[in-house]
Amino acid sequence: MTTKYAETEPRQDAVKHVGRPVDRVDGRAKTTGEARYAAEHRYPGMAHAALVHATVARGRIEAVDTEAARAVPGVIEVLTHENAPAMKPAPKTSLMNLSSLASGTTVSYLATDEVHWNGQPVAVVVAETPETARHAASLVRVAYRELPAVVDFAAEEPNASPQKSSVLQPAGGDKGDAVAALAAAPVSVDLRFTTPPEHHNAMEPHATIAVWDGDRLTVHEGTQNIAWLRAHLAQRFGIPERAVRVLSPYVGGGFGGKGFVWAGTLLAVLAARATARPVRLALTREGVYRTVGGRTPTVQRVALGADGDGDLTALIHTSVAMTARIGGMPEGVVSSSRHLYDAATIHLRQRLVRLDLLANTAMRAPGDSVGSFALESAMDELACELGIDPIELRRRNEPERNPMDGKRFTHRMLREAYEVGAERFGWRERDPRPGSMRDGRWLVGMGVATAYHPSLTMPADVTVRLAADGAVVVRCALQEIGVGAATVQAQITADELGVPLEAVRVEIGDSELPAGPGAGGSAQTAGAAAGVLDACRKLKESALALARRAPDSPLRGRRLDDLEARDGGLYHGGRGETYAAILARAGRDHLEAGGGTGMLKFLAKTLNERRRWVKAASGAHFCEVRVDRDTGEVRVSRWLGMFDVGRVINAKTAAGQLRGGIVMGIGMALTEATQVDPRTGRIMNPSLSEYHVPVHADIPRIDVHWLDEPDPTMPLGLLGIGEVGITGVAAAVANAVRHATGKRVLDLPITLDKLL
Amino acid sequence: MRVTFTVNGREESADNVWEGESLLYVLRERLGLPGSKNACEQGECGSCMVYLDGVPVCACLVAAGQAEGRQVRTVEGLAEGDRLDAVQEAFAECGAVQCGFCTPGLIVQAHDLIARVERPSDAEIREALAGNLCRCTGYEKILDAVRLAARRKAAT
Ligand code: FES
Ligand code: FES
Repeated sequence: MTTKYAETEPRQDAVKHVGRPVDRVDGRAKTTGEARYAAEHRYPGMAHAALVHATVARGRIEAVDTEAARAVPGVIEVLTHENAPAMKPAPKTSLMNLSSLASGTTVSYLATDEVHWNGQPVAVVVAETPETARHAASLVRVAYRELPAVVDFAAEEPNASPQKSSVLQPAGGDKGDAVAALAAAPVSVDLRFTTPPEHHNAMEPHATIAVWDGDRLTVHEGTQNIAWLRAHLAQRFGIPERAVRVLSPYVGGGFGGKGFVWAGTLLAVLAARATARPVRLALTREGVYRTVGGRTPTVQRVALGADGDGDLTALIHTSVAMTARIGGMPEGVVSSSRHLYDAATIHLRQRLVRLDLLANTAMRAPGDSVGSFALESAMDELACELGIDPIELRRRNEPERNPMDGKRFTHRMLREAYEVGAERFGWRERDPRPGSMRDGRWLVGMGVATAYHPSLTMPADVTVRLAADGAVVVRCALQEIGVGAATVQAQITADELGVPLEAVRVEIGDSELPAGPGAGGSAQTAGAAAGVLDACRKLKESALALARRAPDSPLRGRRLDDLEARDGGLYHGGRGETYAAILARAGRDHLEAGGGTGMLKFLAKTLNERRRWVKAASGAHFCEVRVDRDTGEVRVSRWLGMFDVGRVINAKTAAGQLRGGIVMGIGMALTEATQVDPRTGRIMNPSLSEYHVPVHADIPRIDVHWLDEPDPTMPLGLLGIGEVGITGVAAAVANAVRHATGKRVLDLPITLDKLL
Repeated sequence: MRVTFTVNGREESADNVWEGESLLYVLRERLGLPGSKNACEQGECGSCMVYLDGVPVCACLVAAGQAEGRQVRTVEGLAEGDRLDAVQEAFAECGAVQCGFCTPGLIVQAHDLIARVERPSDAEIREALAGNLCRCTGYEKILDAVRLAARRKAAT
């Protein structure tokens, strides 16, 4: 390293890494099968657990017969509410302790005879092998006294009650009198939409390995939030946080499904404690559906009024979503309607029903993905009513300031996104008359919709260590759920310190590391970047402090702000020196610095910012569909997404996030729905054969582009990209279908029966 | 029962294999080869794809006993020492890997495709990989990777 960069001959073409399509650092491990996911660790004496699921929606357990299960050779223990060790109840949620939000449900598993949903684990079998555990679990017989249960969302919808606002999420709001304005509007649409429950279906089913050593606990699990999981386990099992170690170096996809703590995790830990053995609990795909929540169903009304020119005079968006009696996350379904259009009057309401089902949870862009379907479909229908091009209608109603409250946007480029996107997609070729474009037996349609997702950050603690041999180690307990967490932070570090990318190693996925932000809310990259920038700056300051003490240093008398970090050192014009030279002279073998903001400071800053600004990632989707004239089959034949996501750190991983979001949105539009039996509350399609996620052959080439303008208020100008991709997608498909066929489908998914 | 077969060129056997046990189970749980993934156990997702006598199969659907005396090749057996196979290299390079859970199965399937078809068309690729679900990538980059691997392979 020291010979590579001569002090006197700095490379003039110092290459920056941020923005480049750098290969991910874990590519080799993942393509060779070397990467070890949660279920793939081995411990001597490890036992295996399997769950027994309740078959009633609500009731009390009258008797459990475990005799047959216990008689199976290899069964170690059958845990039920009659013999399981107690766990502490789930904590009361509080914003002062964010990890209290981690509970998937409030149920005290195996500490109660109460059944709260059809599928709740009511017994756990621990055996020498996974097959034995599963087989024995099928032999456990449970008798229930059934109680009346409310499980039918559609039937319960009229009984919804108002959703409460929180600091982070207002539930409703009014600007002027939208009801009166709608009635008076010369042109209007008033539509009722429904969206079904959905499941994440990350390819890796949830798995936990729990190992107790006295009162110390080690857990292997693919989680989106190491810090929350650790705090939650400490609280539930009554041990200090420092006695819990969570290891999560690889996570086989999450999408929100691994953001909270669900039954399988707790029961693996409980079973390990009860049997004094390391225990692995790897859920089957069905087990995931029965014990990990999914996306809420919704019913929404969007009514729009406009004058003859297409200026919105009224926007009404109301929603009903669910939570469960035992927990769940109220979604901000109408959120997009606060931000997208400059309507003269706005009326927003969110209501909730509480059901005897498994708690719902966050799934990629909660609120916005379903809300944007309704809002953006209604905008399209209004454009049809008005006889105006749907892009033109959006352009006319593009606000200068946030429509609800006049706050400023930190950054907003939707006009540009539509303009550039329309050009590249060939929107001009579109004949606006429905059903007018044909290709043999296919009816061709083109649709657009806006993508929008509010941006936030979460605090991260980061340390950066630079050794005399040039090796840099960044440490932060990030979660790698597929986004390239280590890769992008390595790029940022390499640029900030001016060192080669190969010199930087980022350690993630372990609760022993400095605490990271969760991988959720599209907030991980920006949060960690802020910590990395801070730590790198401090590290350079201490390098400079060492150099300035030396009379012969070319950096003598310089301030950090005058210097450029490049070529493995700090330079002012052509003069400067390498970190290696600085360390050698000072007789040091490394430098280390920590960065990040404390939680309280962070919250204060965030709330202060929110009072003044609105910031979001956004974009424009362009979709072309072909609908079979005779069968109603819909094929998406072209897609272009033009995004404004601030500065992009890694073109390769960013494109993957956006594209993955779009494809999940196409699934939402056309095939995905979790079917809940309205009588029993049982999920009827808990498998990949009956819940249809898009496959290669369903998906056309997906073009994604971005404008690459940094957001002035975010670290490095980056806006999170994990969720914006899915927002608006279902509407773009529905709008294209409307154009192809003249039919407006209001109920997702758009299956062929709805087009015949 | 005892089952003996060759895995990645080495003879392996497992004892006390139960009749209903899958090849995937034997590979992952008994032989310490967790490269092939378990994501559905019903032949829907392709995460568990391995070669059985040179033909890609869903290992979750193959009874372990059926592998008796046969040749199995898993994702762990595609690289030659330190040198990655062209398909592995192309996946990493093209951004076709995100969470990585679908990757081993896809790589085996793609490896087979370009061994059979020198320059597969896009439609052929999509069709061949239609049984391999990926929830992360949106598929585009996987196609790029297969095209690149096919090109490189044809060039050598
Ligand atoms: S695990 Fe074999 S196909 Fe899904
Ligand atoms: S990379 Fe995650 S499922 Fe394909």
